[in-house]
Amino acid sequence: MMPDTVKALTAADTLKKTAESNSDPSWIMHHVMDSNQISFGPLGSLTLPHLQLFGFNISITRDIFIMWFVSAVLVILLLIAAKGYKKSLVPKGLSNFFEVIIDFVKNEIVKPAIGKGYEPYMPYMLTLFFFILFCNMFGLIPLPNLVVVTGNVAVTASLAIISFIVIQYTGMKQHGVMKYLKSLVPSGMPVMIIPIMAVIELIGLFTKPFALCIRLFANMVAGHIVIFSLLGLIFIMHTIYVAPVSVGFTLFIEMLEILVALIQAYVFTMLTALFIGMAKHIEH
Amino acid sequence: MITGLFLSVFILAAESGSIIDVDPGVVFWTVITFIVLLIILKKFAWKPILTALDQRENAIRESLDKAEKAKLDAQNVLEQNQASLAKAEEESKKIVEQSRQYAEKLKDQILQDSRDQARKMIDEASNEIERKKDAALDELKTQVAEIAIKAAEKILKENLNEEMQKKIVNKYIGEITKN
Repeated sequence: MMPDTVKALTAADTLKKTAESNSDPSWIMHHVMDSNQISFGPLGSLTLPHLQLFGFNISITRDIFIMWFVSAVLVILLLIAAKGYKKSLVPKGLSNFFEVIIDFVKNEIVKPAIGKGYEPYMPYMLTLFFFILFCNMFGLIPLPNLVVVTGNVAVTASLAIISFIVIQYTGMKQHGVMKYLKSLVPSGMPVMIIPIMAVIELIGLFTKPFALCIRLFANMVAGHIVIFSLLGLIFIMHTIYVAPVSVGFTLFIEMLEILVALIQAYVFTMLTALFIGMAKHIEH
Repeated sequence: MITGLFLSVFILAAESGSIIDVDPGVVFWTVITFIVLLIILKKFAWKPILTALDQRENAIRESLDKAEKAKLDAQNVLEQNQASLAKAEEESKKIVEQSRQYAEKLKDQILQDSRDQARKMIDEASNEIERKKDAALDELKTQVAEIAIKAAEKILKENLNEEMQKKIVNKYIGEITKN
């Protein structure tokens, strides 16, 4: 039931879904959720193959495809930026743009949060920051396929798992496994409380990355749901007069999302750096 | 209506195929993608960029240090120059003063010398004049005496005849014989 006029898939799909039932919002979830279809607007769509490994479904989905696309763009841009330094140490153009962000990550996030010995973490922190930032930013481009990759909870969960591993590895490498695990329970506690504290601290250990995962995912997906909801009002109310209001609010939310995209990239990197710093310099 | 919309979104989300489902395939690929991205970027982007930034930082710091040092050096040189200039000025003043004193002394001495010489020359000249005068007087005396003798001789030759001569001779013989 495709419309004859060439329209963005979003609009076409929305029309289709709203035509079926008036107030069924499943089309919103349809846009926000991952799928194994990559559509090229009016040119049709591509169904990605199904892959299986050790009984797990490791099909390449739309989000993964977009993630690869974003990563490729990131790699190309950064290679161009890095090439600029080969000619002279004075930055120019793209190098200048990236240098500001790299300098910000280095001097405002990693250096204060991790402290001495922060250098080995720089590549990881920079990759994390730029990956999240680029995924967030690409998600804001209103093209049918450019979904916000960080709005997929599995992606943010993966990033959080990597953060968790890096944090724990840092703590164990710095202080030795036993001493690190011992340091999780505050010293000077009555013996009776130690088991309870141990459980609480252990839960706290996993809460940190969990919070990282949910924070990024929720922030990114919420904005998109709000935008779809606002636009959906036009079709639910069956009137064109609500369009200016919807579009106005959407524009506002979109601008807010630019801010949120930056802030969330900053927050995720900042908190990871902070947790690494905490694992590195155990108090008590 | 909007509230209802949101509510139904989350009710639906809780039902089948929700957005909170963690797809293990996506986790798998995300981890792989992230690690590959990390390796590629570390080798080809972060390392050169961070090295370049460090190098530049060091270069800037070095140049600043150098500039500071150069400034200090310049300051020192300036002070030295000023000091030597002051010294030179003082010395030149001293030299001028010395030469003035020397010139003064020389002038006095030359003046004195010339005065002395002049006096000496005047003295010599007056002595010479005296001597010449004396000589001239002596000559005059002898000449006067000679002239007087010649005149006397002439007078005697003309007035003294035989009779007179005999009379005189006799007179003297008489005096001698008397004695």
